[in-house]
Amino acid sequence: MATLDELTTEAPPEPPRPGIGPGRRLIGMFRRPWRWLTSMRTALILLFLLALAAIPGSLLPQRNLNVDKVNTYLAQHRILGPLLDHLWAYNVFASPWFSAIYLLLFVSLIGCLIPRLRAHIAAVLRVPPEAPARLERLPVHAEDIEVPGGGEPAAVAARLHDLLRQRRFRVKVREQADGGITVSAEKGHLKETGNILFHFSLLAILVAVALGSWWGYHADRLVVQGADQGFCNTLQQFDDYGLGARVNPASLEPVCLDMTGFDAQYLSNGEPSVYKAFVNYTIGDGAAKSATIQVNHPLRLDHARIYLLGTGYAPVVKYTDKYGHSQTQVAPFLSTDAMQTSTGVIEFPDANVPATGVDPSHKQQVAFSGVFLPTLPSDPSVGASAFPAERNPALMLTEYEGDLGLDAGIPSSVYSLDQHQIDTGRLKPVGKQVMLKPGQTTTLSDGGTLQFIGTRPWATMQVRYDPGETLVLIGAVCLLLGLIVMLLGKRLRVWFRVPPEGPVSAGALARSLYPGFKAEFESIVKDAKDARTAAERSTLRGS
Amino acid sequence: MAALSDHLLVVAILAYAIAMLTYAAEYAFGNRGVVARIAVRERAPERELVGAGVPVGGATLDASGTDPSDSVDEPGAGGDLRAADPPAAIWAGRVATALTLVGWLAHLSCVVTRGFAAHRVPWGNMYEFVLAVTLVGASAWLVLLVRRPRIRPLGLFVTLALVILLGIDGVKLYTPVAPLVPALNSYWLKIHVTAAVTASGILMVGFVAAALTIVRTGYERGKTRFPYSLGDRLPAAEGLERLTFRLHAFAFPIWTFAIICGAIWAEAAWGRYWGWDPKETWAFIAWVIYAGYLHARATPSVKRTIATWIAVLGWGAMMVNLFVVNLVVSGLHSYAGVG
Ligand code: HEM
Repeated sequence: MATLDELTTEAPPEPPRPGIGPGRRLIGMFRRPWRWLTSMRTALILLFLLALAAIPGSLLPQRNLNVDKVNTYLAQHRILGPLLDHLWAYNVFASPWFSAIYLLLFVSLIGCLIPRLRAHIAAVLRVPPEAPARLERLPVHAEDIEVPGGGEPAAVAARLHDLLRQRRFRVKVREQADGGITVSAEKGHLKETGNILFHFSLLAILVAVALGSWWGYHADRLVVQGADQGFCNTLQQFDDYGLGARVNPASLEPVCLDMTGFDAQYLSNGEPSVYKAFVNYTIGDGAAKSATIQVNHPLRLDHARIYLLGTGYAPVVKYTDKYGHSQTQVAPFLSTDAMQTSTGVIEFPDANVPATGVDPSHKQQVAFSGVFLPTLPSDPSVGASAFPAERNPALMLTEYEGDLGLDAGIPSSVYSLDQHQIDTGRLKPVGKQVMLKPGQTTTLSDGGTLQFIGTRPWATMQVRYDPGETLVLIGAVCLLLGLIVMLLGKRLRVWFRVPPEGPVSAGALARSLYPGFKAEFESIVKDAKDARTAAERSTLRGS
Repeated sequence: MAALSDHLLVVAILAYAIAMLTYAAEYAFGNRGVVARIAVRERAPERELVGAGVPVGGATLDASGTDPSDSVDEPGAGGDLRAADPPAAIWAGRVATALTLVGWLAHLSCVVTRGFAAHRVPWGNMYEFVLAVTLVGASAWLVLLVRRPRIRPLGLFVTLALVILLGIDGVKLYTPVAPLVPALNSYWLKIHVTAAVTASGILMVGFVAAALTIVRTGYERGKTRFPYSLGDRLPAAEGLERLTFRLHAFAFPIWTFAIICGAIWAEAAWGRYWGWDPKETWAFIAWVIYAGYLHARATPSVKRTIATWIAVLGWGAMMVNLFVVNLVVSGLHSYAGVG
């Protein structure tokens, strides 16, 4: 915001000095494009380009909103898809061309605001200008006004001065060489103040947005209910994150959080009506606190906020392998529809390790892949849940045995099996799909058992920080204030010419010919003719 | 209560539709000279009035609707006819206004009963949103009419817009009463959506004024083809243009406020104040276009007609935001509730 300081401290513009140095020539070279850039017409064109440029961002899938949709789109449009990708069509709002437009617009804005601000300050400080030579050229004017005052110019001018002061004009009375007097009056600087405030607020918002994108971050984490399932605000513990360019990953708000409970309520048609996550959290070495996070009510910390994004079920199963070794796993399943039909996998990489030692070939690792239905439909062949709450939960699993492919070093999803391992036959389905109700146990083909203990809820939480937010809000409020003042304000200049003798003439000029401009002028002229003094009129009005 | 609200919608649409036809009748039979001049000039057939299908002849003049100072009469259409609107036309105008009022009352009751049926502010889905926007539009129209009776000829087009929007709303967008999804359950719904509804309703009337300004300007420049021929009985372009500006200058800060409140709410609900969700993007596009309109109008080098076209474009963006974004594009704002 160096420009702001310059603006307030800089001296009024000096008149251009004669002589052309090399620096001057350089300035001269840039002057024309600069003039062009800072003209209102260019600003208008840029404004429209900005609107136009935003359109593809709303019609094509965007990476920042939904990566999967972008990938689907790319897969469906083999030729056009990659071509558009080169043009940043899936990331419009971060594209160089979108940035170019708004940066040009804001350079234009600065270029147009600085002279305007200077002119405005000068105008506020300056006395109302001398009357134009020919009042009859003004948009409205009046001749032959008989102002009471005994024909004495000074007395007439004094009356007019009082009259205009009373109407909140700034007034300057000037004596002319011919013995006449002119009265100049001006009001409505507030309109221009509002205008400048509005446009500076736009700048402030841009700066704040930049602040946020450099020093802000967001990170997502799926949290299963339970003290053993919490997380801390460090990058390693997140499923997904986006950091601003200037964020130091070591200095994120040191918060740790775990979920103690979750309350979900649904309408009869399955739409959610309440989502509430009950959490415990600590900041740094501070004491543990508890809080409730809801949609519309994030947990607000000093330097971060935590949002509740979504929820689902994590089945808990106990698997006992053929050697009698049991393990319990909690595996969050991801919902695939509004009724929380959820899919996922439960992996036991350490299964079937003989008591004698390790199983180096991973030939007997075990995993279960399947579907969880919180409400089994009356016709089970539908394969989809009938209601999002657990009314009649069922877990349907298929066992896989072989090499899970976890050591390959390739990051793999924890929500699905490695398809490559299945395709190459290294991981094979065993037996048929089994359906389990909570508490039920099934015996597997190799003699092991699988028990479905129940489910725990999970929630996706998002940690966010945006240091520009407050400034954006302040900017937005100032913008609105400036806008209202600008649109309501009226700028008006009125002049009276009092000749040495004879009737007075008057004229007025409005910066924009607002409705009522003429009426206001006429009312002033009428008051000028009024025999009563300004003070008398005001007491009359006041009573 | 919900059923009552649905019935009231039908009443409102019917009343507006009849009001529209009555306005059309006033428009068509606005003076005694019509029939005579049709016979004389033989240029009536190409002049058809949209919406009503009532043939209008050279209905050039009228006293009740037009600013006397701004008639742009064709030569030969004597000024003596001006003052002579037949009582039938005057009555048609009054009846049309009364019917608009009846429609408005039904419309208002429709929205209020819907609110009682749902136990919340009645603008929680797209059906209710359009219902509320048109109610604001109708209210703005009635207020304008009280303050400037001379703009009555615009009534035909305002009621036309109301009937079209409410018709689409009732037929295509109807949604049974239901509670709000959790994300909408916030007092920001009341603030943000109320502001958006208010701004949109006024901008709707602003759009009608802008479109008619263009029509009338064309007419005053001597264009006689179809849409311009409607300019015949409209108030002078200059006054219409000023009305257009004032409506937009009034609505623009409200629209700005709506967007700001939306951003504050988005911060609480979705974790960011702005995310270029399609709805946000189109709100921004409309805002930028309307800002462009205000700029263009304040710039002397831009022709007023071009500025007015920009305002029309702005309403286009508002309509895209309402219909295309809600029904075609999916985003976080997918609360339309339209299956
Ligand atoms: C995002 C960009 C911009 C927006 C949204 C915006 C918005 C506005 C609005 C709404 C007005 C009110 C018009 C009126 O007084 O009736 C206005 C006035 C004005 N704007 Fe901008 N503006 C933007 C950029 C610019 C730029 C870049 C310039 C300079 C080249 C500029 C120069 C002006 C001027 C000179 C006025 C005053 C017109 C007058 O009062 O007669 N604006 N602006």
